[in-house]
Amino acid sequence: MEKIDARGLDCPKPVIKTKKVLEEHGEAEVLVDNEVAAENVKKLGIKMGAKVTKVKESEENYKLVITDFKKAEKKRGQTGKEKVIFIKSNLLGEGEEELGEILIRGFINTLKDIDPLPNKIIFMNSGVKLPCENEEVINSLKELEKNDVEVLTCGTCLDYYNLEEKLKVGNISNMYEIVDSLNKGEVLAI
Amino acid sequence: MGPNALAQVLRQVSFENSDQNLLIGIETGDDATVYKMNDETALIQSVDFFTPVVDDPYIYGQIAAANALSDIYAMGGKPILAMNIVGFPECLDQSLLVKILQGGADKVKEADASMAGGHTVKDDEPKYGLSVTGLAHPNELMKNSNAKPGDKLILTKPLGTGVMISAIKGGLEKGGSENPAVKSMLELNDKPVDILKKYKINACTDITGFGLMGHLTEMVKGSNVNIKLNTSEIPIFDGVIDYAQMGLLPEGGYANKENYKNMVMGKLNVDPDREDLIYDPQTSGGLLFSVPGKIADKVISELHNNGVNKSAIIGAVKQGEQGIILS
Repeated sequence: MEKIDARGLDCPKPVIKTKKVLEEHGEAEVLVDNEVAAENVKKLGIKMGAKVTKVKESEENYKLVITDFKKAEKKRGQTGKEKVIFIKSNLLGEGEEELGEILIRGFINTLKDIDPLPNKIIFMNSGVKLPCENEEVINSLKELEKNDVEVLTCGTCLDYYNLEEKLKVGNISNMYEIVDSLNKGEVLAI
Repeated sequence: MGPNALAQVLRQVSFENSDQNLLIGIETGDDATVYKMNDETALIQSVDFFTPVVDDPYIYGQIAAANALSDIYAMGGKPILAMNIVGFPECLDQSLLVKILQGGADKVKEADASMAGGHTVKDDEPKYGLSVTGLAHPNELMKNSNAKPGDKLILTKPLGTGVMISAIKGGLEKGGSENPAVKSMLELNDKPVDILKKYKINACTDITGFGLMGHLTEMVKGSNVNIKLNTSEIPIFDGVIDYAQMGLLPEGGYANKENYKNMVMGKLNVDPDREDLIYDPQTSGGLLFSVPGKIADKVISELHNNGVNKSAIIGAVKQGEQGIILS
């Protein structure tokens, strides 16, 4: 992996250096000596669709490992659009509640086996109970996350159902990010 | 200096100002200081300087001057005198300094004021700015601390100069006057003041290194009001949101966020990228007016018709707990 020592460099040099390396090599390990540079390099990685891990190595130094930039490019390359699965309820379909629960669990547990994998799964309204409550579902979502599937959960909904503390997988999102994903992506709504 | 560090220092200094004619001093964090000479005339004084924001020395000089002059306009005044403040390294070509000073002189002339002198020191990097003196009628001063419930907030220039300067420094944008943010930084804030003088406005400030949120915070505290900021209505220079997402946020923006985020009482569907920009430090930023709600639309159309065409209504002043609600 390409190593960049951006310690001692003024803003925005660490970002510009990292951008060049990422475009050429698809991954980079960046060393910076302040929190602002670390945040900015992290933002760059995320903006470029790469995976970013930020590690605080000492009082001042941070190491950022940015990988899979090319993979993200390739994945999106197929239709040009991200595949988004939008789950609005904790039940699948209309009918008996018990059946609806069984079906949604089965649906999410099966997702990890399909090809190509979706890029994002978004939970909204009572759907947000799924990444909080059922262990089997949570494990499946964790596995999907390991394979670069982004799991997003509506913050307003978590708040409404009082589940904010109970979210076990993925990130809390907001209306803007969700609408933006639905607008730009190829959406399968459940 | 960052707002936090500066406040910490100032707290430890005792300022004993007992002169009744000092109308606006250090206490309210206003844009400039104001001294009442007599019932007809108030003297406005301000100083501002910084390191280069673009490579072109003539443009840098003009921007630094426009930025310093802005403090006088933000008080509702008219600049009359300016003096140069210069830090310059011995190793640099003197012709650069000629161009910087020419930029400053031309801007001061455009503002109908006189360049009266200055002071230079040897320095590791160039620094330039002005000390400016202006005049206003004591009854026509535009304070930052008089916003009233029912007011609408009008911003006269887009936000994002901090991020754009990073993009220019990073070589992703050109720093010439064809860049809309550079063009905006070159513009004096005289026009909006001329227009707004005809109306009864309640408060005014200009947006500087403390960002929109820093100045809203001063307005909220000084006026004892609650402000609802409509982030989706805030004009932002083209390209800036992309650059912000890429991590071209200047350090000052992080410091502003750290210092002013506790004023945020609530958020309703705020685009996080736009949220970053309300903390972006501005150079030669626009004016922020608080005007009675019923004249806001009229003021905006007059601003638009007179060349201040990026101005927009970005929020409202409410009665209530001191704080800012983002939507």
